[in-house]
Amino acid sequence: MNNQFKPPSGGFSKINGKCISLIGDDIDTDRIIPARFLKCINFDSLGQFVFDDDRKALKGDHPFDLDDNKDASILIVNCNFGCGSSREHAPQALMRWGIKAIIGESFADIFYSNCIAIGIPCFTLSKKSITIIQKHLENKDLFFEIDLFKSTASSRDLKFNLEIKKTSRKMFLSGEWDTTSKLIENNDLIEKKLNDLPYIKFNSSI
Amino acid sequence: MSQNTLFDKVWELHKVANLPGGTDQIFIGLHLIHEVTSPQAFGALKDKNLKVKFPSRTVATVDHIVPTDNQSRPFQDNLAEQMIDTLEKNCFDNKIKFFNIGSGKQGIVHVVAPELGLTQPGMTIACGDSHTSTHGAFGSIAFGIGTSQVRDILASQTIAMNKLKVRQIWCENKLSNGTYAKDLVLHIINYLGVKAGVGYAYEFAGPAISALSMEERMTICNMSIEGGARCGYINPDEKTFSYIKGKLCSPPNKNWDKAIKWWESLQSDENSIYDDVVKIDAAKVEPTVTWGITPGQSIGVNQKIPTLEEIDPNDQFIAGEAYEYMGFKPGQPIKDIPIDVCFIGSCTNGRISDLRVAAQVLKNHKIAKHIKAFVVPGSERVAKEAKEEGLDKVFMNAGFQWREPGCSMCLAMNSDKLIGNQVSASSSNRNFKGRQGSPNGRTLLMSPAMVAVAAIKGKVTDVRDFLRK
Repeated sequence: MNNQFKPPSGGFSKINGKCISLIGDDIDTDRIIPARFLKCINFDSLGQFVFDDDRKALKGDHPFDLDDNKDASILIVNCNFGCGSSREHAPQALMRWGIKAIIGESFADIFYSNCIAIGIPCFTLSKKSITIIQKHLENKDLFFEIDLFKSTASSRDLKFNLEIKKTSRKMFLSGEWDTTSKLIENNDLIEKKLNDLPYIKFNSSI
Repeated sequence: MSQNTLFDKVWELHKVANLPGGTDQIFIGLHLIHEVTSPQAFGALKDKNLKVKFPSRTVATVDHIVPTDNQSRPFQDNLAEQMIDTLEKNCFDNKIKFFNIGSGKQGIVHVVAPELGLTQPGMTIACGDSHTSTHGAFGSIAFGIGTSQVRDILASQTIAMNKLKVRQIWCENKLSNGTYAKDLVLHIINYLGVKAGVGYAYEFAGPAISALSMEERMTICNMSIEGGARCGYINPDEKTFSYIKGKLCSPPNKNWDKAIKWWESLQSDENSIYDDVVKIDAAKVEPTVTWGITPGQSIGVNQKIPTLEEIDPNDQFIAGEAYEYMGFKPGQPIKDIPIDVCFIGSCTNGRISDLRVAAQVLKNHKIAKHIKAFVVPGSERVAKEAKEEGLDKVFMNAGFQWREPGCSMCLAMNSDKLIGNQVSASSSNRNFKGRQGSPNGRTLLMSPAMVAVAAIKGKVTDVRDFLRK
């Protein structure tokens, strides 16, 4: 677990890290961070509680508890990862534990956009490729270099062509994934839009 | 790519710009906030030295953390008190309308906004809560967002988002007696799977949908997200308009005709193009119950829990996890599975019509001795109406506890939790592992009528058999 947490910022094109695999489909955000940890007004303490219930149930054998995975930063998952609740606490907890990128078969929509918003790129690969990676991780460590320019993940023995939404890829490369300032730049257009919307005209103010 | 659907029209109308990365900048007409996903957003705004752009386009209430037994302040739970206190302060400092406890307008955010007339056709609505899809029942485009996007809306009233594809789910025929909107939506999620909606907005249409009341339509759209669709909607019609008319925030009389005319123009055109169309026969839907750990793992009440061989290979892994977690055997009937706790409430089924249906079942009956049962109205208004109709008495006479409004045991952020591996019959929306507050608690999702009859019998029971007698 990463104790000196620094949120990512600016553009980047490469992520180097050790892989950690979490096998299973439809892993929901309640499992990633149970609701009792949402009683907070900042995200700072969430890293230690990631997968709290699952980890307790496995008594030290959960991938996030294994010594081997201590410094891992690239999470390998299966289908529909992050389904359910929209809680950004889920990717925040993963990020504060040390996850910098996720590679999976597929992601739930809201989880995906939350990851992009806080600077965790999510890549997809076919079931076959994910299985190869997960099998590999059963026996030995795996270090990937993810190249955002080329959309590849490569180790000494393995190489995969990753899929990522073009818009997300561009944002990470340019460093414009912190959206607020981009949105505010269009202030005039926003004000015009407000004045043009029919329902703003025919409703009294709230 | 879809064309001329309500989704296309509302999306185009709210598009502010194309952003450099290729995403759309979308104006959000109504922003709803609550205590759990907003404090960090206000914090970020402060860090960036930004102000709330249009305070009057954001409305707040408190729902997730509120206790449902004793709501006097300060709350007994210090963390819960800190959260409501932070929300109060953020709303006050930023001049945001806050419907607090005791205002008569507090409740679950997705129950409150429609009953105040805030939710209207043609709006874009966002909230830091995945069940924001509920508001699509009115023909709005409504979706859940994370805290970073809450920050973006507070700062700019817009978000960056890629347009969704549109799948029409055409529901033929009508639901039969004893089956409800909850059964239909569980059936749809089971049929399509929990991942099918990723990247899509769901348009629910057809005779079975037209026949539903507005509250039933909200139940359907509410659970779109459980099928993976961030957004679900229904084209507005006469029922929509008459529900909205006369509400606190609905268009004033002088503008009413203008509003209707515009709302009607938003309906998906007859020659709309969809990215996908799926047909469902509503007449075949049975009272439906979940047996597993995703809302897609459901069966008709008279069916048996599927064996591994009966399950699509892609879903077998999660099915294996479900057998183990739930402790049920493949091939076992769902009927007669013993229940420990019964919960009626949530943004899915905590509205007045849900309480009426459950009360009708419970009238002149007592719940089984071993059952703990409680009903949590979706809002202060729902509670008030229910009391005026004497429903609170019906529930209490049957042995239910009558509670104060909030999200309660849908996600168990307050003290309403399962204990150990208790089995709950729940009118809520998620049966995820640990969802109802105990790391090994088990949830069976079903309609409020089915929860009520499970409470009486102490086990999973077909409400149709019960009503026939």
